Amino acid sequence: MSAPTALKKSGPAAGASKRKAGTPRRAGWWLPYALLAPAVIFELVVHVIPMVTGIWMSFLKLTKMFIANWGNAPFVGLKNYQVALDFDSAVGIGLLKSFGITVAFTILVVGLSWGLGMAAAVALQKAFRGRAIFRTLFLIPYALPMYAGVIAWKFMLQKDNGAVNHFLFDNLGLPGDKPFWLIGDNAFISVVIVAIWRLWPFAFLMLMAGLQSIPTDIYEAASVDGAKPLRQWWNMTLPMLRPVNMSLVLVMFLWTFNDFNTPFVLFGGSQPPAGDLISFHIYNASFLTWNFGSGAAMSVLLLLFLLVVSGIYVLFMNRRKDNA
Amino acid sequence: MKLRTFAAAAAIAALAITATGCSGGSSGGSSDAGGKTLTYWASNQGTSLDNDKEVLTPELKKFEEQTGIKVNLEVIGWNDLQTRIQTAVTSGQAPDVLNIGNTWAASLQSTGAFLPFDDAAFSAIGGKDKFVKTAMDTGGIPGEDPTSVPLYGLAYGLYYNKAMFKDAGVTPPTTWEEMVAAAKKLTTGDVHGFALAAGSYTENSHFAFINAAQNGAEFFDADGKPTFTSDGIVDGISRYLDLMQTDKVVDPANAQYDNATNAINDFANGKAAMVLSQNNANSSIASQGMAEDAFGVVAFPAPAGGTDVATMVAGINMSIFKNTKNKDAALEFVKFMTSEETQATLDKPFAALPVLSGVTPSFTDNAELAKTFSDIYENKSRPLPLVPAEDQFESTVGKAMNQMFATVASGGSVSKADIKAALTTAQQAVEAAG
Repeated sequence: MSAPTALKKSGPAAGASKRKAGTPRRAGWWLPYALLAPAVIFELVVHVIPMVTGIWMSFLKLTKMFIANWGNAPFVGLKNYQVALDFDSAVGIGLLKSFGITVAFTILVVGLSWGLGMAAAVALQKAFRGRAIFRTLFLIPYALPMYAGVIAWKFMLQKDNGAVNHFLFDNLGLPGDKPFWLIGDNAFISVVIVAIWRLWPFAFLMLMAGLQSIPTDIYEAASVDGAKPLRQWWNMTLPMLRPVNMSLVLVMFLWTFNDFNTPFVLFGGSQPPAGDLISFHIYNASFLTWNFGSGAAMSVLLLLFLLVVSGIYVLFMNRRKDNA
Repeated sequence: MKLRTFAAAAAIAALAITATGCSGGSSGGSSDAGGKTLTYWASNQGTSLDNDKEVLTPELKKFEEQTGIKVNLEVIGWNDLQTRIQTAVTSGQAPDVLNIGNTWAASLQSTGAFLPFDDAAFSAIGGKDKFVKTAMDTGGIPGEDPTSVPLYGLAYGLYYNKAMFKDAGVTPPTTWEEMVAAAKKLTTGDVHGFALAAGSYTENSHFAFINAAQNGAEFFDADGKPTFTSDGIVDGISRYLDLMQTDKVVDPANAQYDNATNAINDFANGKAAMVLSQNNANSSIASQGMAEDAFGVVAFPAPAGGTDVATMVAGINMSIFKNTKNKDAALEFVKFMTSEETQATLDKPFAALPVLSGVTPSFTDNAELAKTFSDIYENKSRPLPLVPAEDQFESTVGKAMNQMFATVASGGSVSKADIKAALTTAQQAVEAAG
């Protein structure tokens, strides 16, 4: 096939050097750029422009007085950040609490999802009759449209006519009153469970794919050497899954920390304090009081936090890999 | 080689078409300058969004026949309306004409996105004097040209189940104390004295306002600065909360009722003896199969010695977006919707009080009910604060009360100090946005 060579020759570097030499451009030199262009344009439109706009907004007093005409919004410098980070004021305390709840939420959801995904992937590693059925079954939450899934949970978690309370109290006969699941302190448990239900099939899918690349003969060899399954998992499976785990945990962390849809669909308009996740908190800070500058400042703070955590994580992981 | 180039070009062209397709989709909805077509966002006034559509469509047809102006209708539910308006204001992708909750009038006016009704605009829609003054006063910030005009009038009333009252031997209450005593007597087993939309922030904020007003307290001072933490307000909210907390005449499950209809349904189905609702409840009650002579309405009573405020001036106003390309057509449409003829047709299905001077209520055939609501609307009402931050009062105080009810419902307790703390938080949030 001539395609790869043709592309290589007409690549950006080759084109640049030729132009310097004054020779005419080779036919089709534009093709790589043209192929890249849609992706670059989409990236700009979908990611870069909104992000830059958001950062710019965070320096403005963008309240409802100015929302119809952004150009008139006065520049307030770092004032929005000062308000968000003033932990003596209601706004700052609210943000700090929400941050704490989100950290706990993220640790629980990512940890348990990973554990469940790993357990299921290892359990289904060896071929047996009906394995395909389990694989399909486990992936259903991931395949369901998110809103449909979370709304189903919302119905199940209703106090008086929800399936969860019906099962626990009417079928199993637990003593006491049926609790609320979506208001009050139980809301935290509910949102964690629903988020795990949504996320763990992804961990399962990635780990299952990772396990396929581990050759089976090393397990046979280890068994001959007398290694028990747990030992095999700890000393062989886990290290060999390392590349998968590295990106899997990072991606799950980012998704979970930023999760907006789960609390939004589950709690509707007013989230209980126990389920006050940070994305939703920022949404409320922006829309309840039309204070979009303040909301943007909080978003930028969130972005910085996630960047720092991701950066440290990647550095740390790479260093360990180099040492290993 | 050539074929490949061609294929790539075709793929890029396809992508480009998809890309422009994405951006093209959102530009619909705004008005068309050439043809006379208006976009109208209606609020949900009937028993469902479809019901609204059925009621309004024949009227819009009539308007088209009279003027040649076509109206594209979209009915928007209350949960979404405020966000949709915010988005429209922000993006400029707005309808020409829309309904707003009249309590938002001053807040929306301060965005500058709506057409002020100056003398010329008023004369185009038939003059300012055609409206009832109580209703017209909700049009916007006092002392400025309003940016909305009244469309439907609404007021809160205390609905009670006549048969249940008779069986328990109680009479319709005239004071808060009588109301609580009656509710206690009527709370037995699964039946509760009262149903509240305790998870609806708009309902909660309205009753925060009404209960505070009964204590003579205001949420904003003369300069429009929030004064959420005064004793009258804390006491008023505490009194309302105690219906669930200490009087125990409200089912704790009501803390999850995020819509007034939930509470009304409990009332219509005999699960509650009383419910506080605006007069448009009539259509919902009827749709649940409760006959109109099975319930009565009295004014929501104040505590003995309190100020006799039974409702805020509730209702729906109409606004025109300033950037409309069809200003004259939009004014024509507002004139049509606020004409005596159209009002007479719409007040009945939407159970609305008249907003035009000299018109008798037509929302019910029950003369007594009509009289009660007219009396409440004209004599026992107060407008919500006509300040730019009014909508922030509704969202912050209302949502704080949602949490108070949630705490009570899930077994906790809310003291006056807790209420004051929550109101302080709400006030700081409003101040930060001011």
